[in-house]
Amino acid sequence: MLDKVLFYFFAGIAVASAVLMVTRRNVVHSAIFLITALLATAGIFLQLRAEFLFIVQIILYVGGIMVLFVFVIMLVNLDVALQQIQFARQKWVALIVALALAGQVGVMFWTSGKMPGQGLPVLAAAAAEHLPPNSEAVAKSLFSTYLLPFEIASVLLLVAMIGAVVMAKKRT
Amino acid sequence: MMNAALQATLEFLKLYWAPLLCGVAVVAILPLVVGYIVLVERKIMADMQARLGPMRVGPHGLLQPIADAVKLLIKEDIIPENADKLVFWLAPVLSVGAGLLSLAGLAIGPAFQIAQDINIGILFVVGISALGIFGIVLGGWASNSHYSLMGALRSSAQLVSYETAAGMALVSALLFTGTLNIKSIVEAQSKEGIWFVLLAPVAFFTYLVASIAETNRAPFDLPEAESELVAGYMTEFSGFRWSLYFLAEYTNMIVVASVATTLFLGGWLRPFSGVPWLNFLDFVPPLLLSAIGAYCVLRMPKQPTRVQQLFMLAMAGLCFVVALVLAAPVVLPVIKPSLRAAVAPFYAGIHGGFWFIFKVSLYIYFFMWLRFTIPRYRFDQLMRLGWHFLIPLSIINVLLVGVALIAGAYFHLQGWGLLLVTTPAAVVALVAAFLILAVEKERDARQEQTAASDFYAG
Repeated sequence: MLDKVLFYFFAGIAVASAVLMVTRRNVVHSAIFLITALLATAGIFLQLRAEFLFIVQIILYVGGIMVLFVFVIMLVNLDVALQQIQFARQKWVALIVALALAGQVGVMFWTSGKMPGQGLPVLAAAAAEHLPPNSEAVAKSLFSTYLLPFEIASVLLLVAMIGAVVMAKKRT
Repeated sequence: MMNAALQATLEFLKLYWAPLLCGVAVVAILPLVVGYIVLVERKIMADMQARLGPMRVGPHGLLQPIADAVKLLIKEDIIPENADKLVFWLAPVLSVGAGLLSLAGLAIGPAFQIAQDINIGILFVVGISALGIFGIVLGGWASNSHYSLMGALRSSAQLVSYETAAGMALVSALLFTGTLNIKSIVEAQSKEGIWFVLLAPVAFFTYLVASIAETNRAPFDLPEAESELVAGYMTEFSGFRWSLYFLAEYTNMIVVASVATTLFLGGWLRPFSGVPWLNFLDFVPPLLLSAIGAYCVLRMPKQPTRVQQLFMLAMAGLCFVVALVLAAPVVLPVIKPSLRAAVAPFYAGIHGGFWFIFKVSLYIYFFMWLRFTIPRYRFDQLMRLGWHFLIPLSIINVLLVGVALIAGAYFHLQGWGLLLVTTPAAVVALVAAFLILAVEKERDARQEQTAASDFYAG
């Protein structure tokens, strides 16, 4: 019961603030609502007893990326930026993509109701105290089962980082 | 739906009434604690500048925090006309909220912890307290003033730069424990019989510097540098809102001091807790407090008015009561050895709390000492220190601590023996970081030279 209430609470906040983030005119207000959406997602992770993902979501997305976002928003002269042509010209493309996504999710739900074993996988419910500690579980799977993808992702990030440094150096 | 929500709330209350109560108590007591930290800071500042500091309100200014709090509460609350009202209202609350929430994960002694045994312990504390930056940035933006915005920008740049170094320092200490749980971290130090400050001195130094920068304290208090930015991000805030920022700053100080104490300084462990012949150290805390109480009684006749004399007496009584509470679990087993087992949990809780608070106070004292000794850095100096020295140093240190631990496992070293491998690692890390710094300095000097000659040639 408590789980359900918590889930709908966080999910409601996440969806509402995501909508508000897109519709606000003021960029800083949008950033605040994006932060709220990310925090609500972290809350859902916590409700699923994935406490490591919860804190990683907060440290990386909210504490790291969003701080940089807000920093950049404040550096840029917004009054000038608002007068320039914006990127929001793909209304129709966005609508089609959103409809396709909604259709996909709908088909998933529909098939999982009709045919057992297909569509959404239903995991066996486990009591909270029998779950392995989340940070250990994540570390073990990252460094054993998913070692290669993990390393590839690290190399990709390193390349992006070096690229950013090189491009920044070129300017001066 | 209404019924279900009520049921869920009741279920929640039944499970978590004790942590909730503790949380409310912490939120209620913390402003008082912060008020007295500010008083102590003013007294230390006065001492270092050969003055007396606050002396008027209460004996030796002991009631000054209460007078300050009343003043702040009844001050006029000004919101600038062009400010973004909602964000202006939200920002200080965010700052304080993040600070208070992160306190929930900390363990003051083995018995006192609000959110007990969370698996991600130390990450929770560090991650949540880092959210306080949004209060500063949004507050600076919402005030719609250039000074505030500059302060906010400096603050976020500073935090982003030093968070990396602090995180790496935490990683190198966590390599020794293999867990994030706060209780297990302290227990690991008790098992090794050596605090991690000795095993990872470079990490401790990095964390010390980075934590000063993260809490915006002098010599890194550029976001509120009064000679350049009036009061930085707090310029437009007044009255209660301003005091919320103040509360947040000092709460953050307590949080970083507690993290450092837990990870590096042995948490609630007594110095040399594993050495039986040093057990007489247990008598130090009660004796210390009795001495303070005796001093208060001694000074009592010198107070000018009757009220102040009574207040001094009350202080002495408080000290004696705390001394008695601290003495009871150590003296009782000496008188009656059969009580030892029954008293043990009380001993762990009470003395653990004392040592934890004592270490946190020492760390905060060090902050204040630095503030009144070292002049403020320039912003480019701050960035150079962060990016060119601390971050390379902390990354090299993580690598070398890992190598040292593998070597230690190979030679079956434990406890103090680990120093044999970690000390060379620390020295090598320092040498490498200084080498990088020297090479960069030389290159910068050369570039400057060529730039200058070009300038004159042109």
